Amino acid sequence: MARAADSELQQHNAVSRLHAAFSLPRRGFFKLMGSGLFVCLARPGAFSQESGKAGRGRHELPTTIDSWLHIGDDGEITAFTGKVEVGQNVRTSLAQQVAEELRVPLASIKMVMGDTELTPYDMGTFGSRTTPQMGLELRKVAASARSLLIETAARNWQAQPTDLVVAHATVHDPKSGRAISYAELVRAQKLTKVILDDPPLTPASQWKMAGSSPLKVNGRDFVTGAHKYTSDLTISGMLYGKIIRPSAFSAKLASCDTSPAETLPGVTVVREGDFLGVAARDEISAQRAAAAIRTQWEVPGQISERDLFSRLRATPSQSQSESGDEHVTGAIDEARAQAAKTIARTYTVAYIAHVPLEPRAAVAEWKQDFLTVWTGTQRPFAVRQELAEAFHIAETSVRVIVPDTGSAYGGKHSGEAAVEAARLAKGAGRPVKLVWTREEEFTWAYFRPAGVIDVKSGAQADGGLVFWEFDNYNSGPAAMLTPYEVPHQRIAFHPADAPLRQGSYRSLAAAANHFARESHMDELAHELGMDPLKFRLKNLTNQRLRAAFMAAADKFGWGREKSSSGRGFGVAGGIEKGGYIATCAEVSVNREQVRVVRVVEAFDCGAVVNPEELSSQISGAIVQGLGGALFEAIHFENGRILNPHLSSYRVPRFSDLPGIEVVVLDRKDQPPAGAGETPLTGIAPAVANAIFDATRIRLRSMPLIPNGLPAAGANP
Amino acid sequence: MSFTLLVNGAAYSLDVPPEETLLSVIRERLGLTGSKYGCGEGRCGACTVLIEGSPVRSCSMKIGAAAGKTITTIEGLASGGSLHPVQQAFLEKQAFQCGYCTPGMILSALALLEHITAPTSEQIGRYLDGNVCRCGTYPRIIEAVHAAALSRSKPNGKSRG
Ligand code: FES
Ligand code: FES
Repeated sequence: MARAADSELQQHNAVSRLHAAFSLPRRGFFKLMGSGLFVCLARPGAFSQESGKAGRGRHELPTTIDSWLHIGDDGEITAFTGKVEVGQNVRTSLAQQVAEELRVPLASIKMVMGDTELTPYDMGTFGSRTTPQMGLELRKVAASARSLLIETAARNWQAQPTDLVVAHATVHDPKSGRAISYAELVRAQKLTKVILDDPPLTPASQWKMAGSSPLKVNGRDFVTGAHKYTSDLTISGMLYGKIIRPSAFSAKLASCDTSPAETLPGVTVVREGDFLGVAARDEISAQRAAAAIRTQWEVPGQISERDLFSRLRATPSQSQSESGDEHVTGAIDEARAQAAKTIARTYTVAYIAHVPLEPRAAVAEWKQDFLTVWTGTQRPFAVRQELAEAFHIAETSVRVIVPDTGSAYGGKHSGEAAVEAARLAKGAGRPVKLVWTREEEFTWAYFRPAGVIDVKSGAQADGGLVFWEFDNYNSGPAAMLTPYEVPHQRIAFHPADAPLRQGSYRSLAAAANHFARESHMDELAHELGMDPLKFRLKNLTNQRLRAAFMAAADKFGWGREKSSSGRGFGVAGGIEKGGYIATCAEVSVNREQVRVVRVVEAFDCGAVVNPEELSSQISGAIVQGLGGALFEAIHFENGRILNPHLSSYRVPRFSDLPGIEVVVLDRKDQPPAGAGETPLTGIAPAVANAIFDATRIRLRSMPLIPNGLPAAGANP
Repeated sequence: MSFTLLVNGAAYSLDVPPEETLLSVIRERLGLTGSKYGCGEGRCGACTVLIEGSPVRSCSMKIGAAAGKTITTIEGLASGGSLHPVQQAFLEKQAFQCGYCTPGMILSALALLEHITAPTSEQIGRYLDGNVCRCGTYPRIIEAVHAAALSRSKPNGKSRG
């Protein structure tokens, strides 16, 4: 409270300040605001002075605000964040953290998310940053708001702030028995506060609302079908769009005849360069119109799947020097001679697709030169920029709104559908909805990068690692470093000139790098005749990862007798994004049929904000990870995707589900880390190692068994 | 062509091209957007509706085939303010993340429970295998179906369906 008093409480016209600070036509925000208390958090260095002194120029206002909060005189509390909800439950978990610090019921918090006009700028919802970063910021904002309310009450009552307590959205004075609700406190006021320093936060050990597992705040809308995803929206006068796609990547439109479509009633054809699309009064008319257009495309020759891995190795991309992702310690060349056992192996990872169950969709509406687009994206502000650039308009003339979205998994960072819908809407002079088909989503989105990973390693006879060389071609540098103690290391990422459009995917390259490293650790353990778990622990000093390995192994019963022949056990683990993961898998092999029967995963991601949802995220990541581990792969030839349907691209189903047991290591003494991604990384190597244990067949390519188990002789 | 659809207890007369799918009609013409498009080829179950109580992939059915039959969509389950027991169980067991698969899952689960009042986990998995949850909430969904079975079996539990 003493700290909060450092920042002067200003009675101020928040709206005009905001307008100046963001130079945006925040019309919606004006309506929302009204009177009440408004608190925002400025990043360190963003704002060097107290806020709101009269006559200040707008350049002195904070431009890097990450979150803000409003308490209305009706008691409604609204928290604003540029993050979006794509199934990771942050609408609830962020609200929980606000409720915790404000000491109010969860239901009184409204979260406004992912709306470029109402919420602070945000880079995007990815990298498991929402919980550690946005959660922390909202806690700070809410804690400051609480202090401010206490101070206001103290002033009214001429009491000491330290004598007052808050509970249930009310400030109490236990001495005098007085009480006043937040709503009354902020009534008929416009209080604004910019937080410059860190308020004291409630420690995780004292959390009541945070750290619990309430039902999703808007869960009811999902079970009743009432929730409107982007693809469900309609606005008045809206047309339905359809894009005429090239016959292959990089194709040029050689010729087209649009006249059969143009003669259809109510159809607009929009052509700009190679962009060709239609807008019509309903879906079926749009489909018919698109089908009536005849096109010829010029398709350049392109790399096909069979040449993929040689291509990735052979064509380092131009940007290699810039990325400079190389890590060296010790002296590899001298170290080789000291190792009693050395091995060199290569691992590969196929392209896979995110397959968000809701494909890309957008609704675009122009009002004069102002463009509003509703779309499911993880990066509303980046999509706003994409739109501004596409139409040569200012970002202040674009608003992007993200309804809670039918999942993304790193696959919705971009605004393709948004730009296409806006183009059609512009051409048609009416709002347009565009929903990609599954085939479009499979073809025209982007993929998790394929990769080749070479690993060379050596150990002493007692199992101590001596050297470790790791070269990742194209898949990415995430979690590339080894958590094991190795005196001599060279670890490098080599970007390549990749044949397909690629981008982020849940856990990025951590899945590929864990697969290579943890498979390789297993191979080395077997070469040394050591138990794979013991070998890892011998080379591991990180206590949190050790604890995760022990917890998983313990629950799994590592080392116990197998129930029957044809069973195999595998273990894998690692550190990524502040999380410590260990996974044990059991497989059963019956001729070429492999089944993952049981998975035990231990995960330490610091203090846990919502235990139930965390365990759901972990088991969901395991299920999704199983797809990439076992059978998911994009097949392509000469610029065409060969399996762009769910009938030809297999995703995990109920019948693939192993028994999943999750051990959450709740570390109340550690800051919360994001949890949506890292739990995906251990499953592929754990399963590969279990298959080896059962069969002595070492599989070094993800997916491991797209067509069942290969014959032993076929193993490279 | 004109068709009559009986959806959630109401009759609709519609004039639509015969090649239009049931999914597109209920979403676009009737505004019942709880049924989702996920694949358009009968492989994900997001578009599941009940026709005469049996689960049907509405993306793969032409409007004519559904005309005159009793159709239930997710919007038809809750009555008044109270959720259907299967919806309630999905909500309480947090059996979804993004929720996009949820309406199809709930309707498929409901159809299963009409056949087998207390299914085993294996039976649930087998019956729902055509419904994809890309978020991988399968374990929770199985729990939710068990919970719904239990609540429906209670004598004073709600057992509409
Ligand atoms: S949309 Fe009908 S089954 Fe996928
Ligand atoms: S909850 Fe996202 S697809 Fe099932």
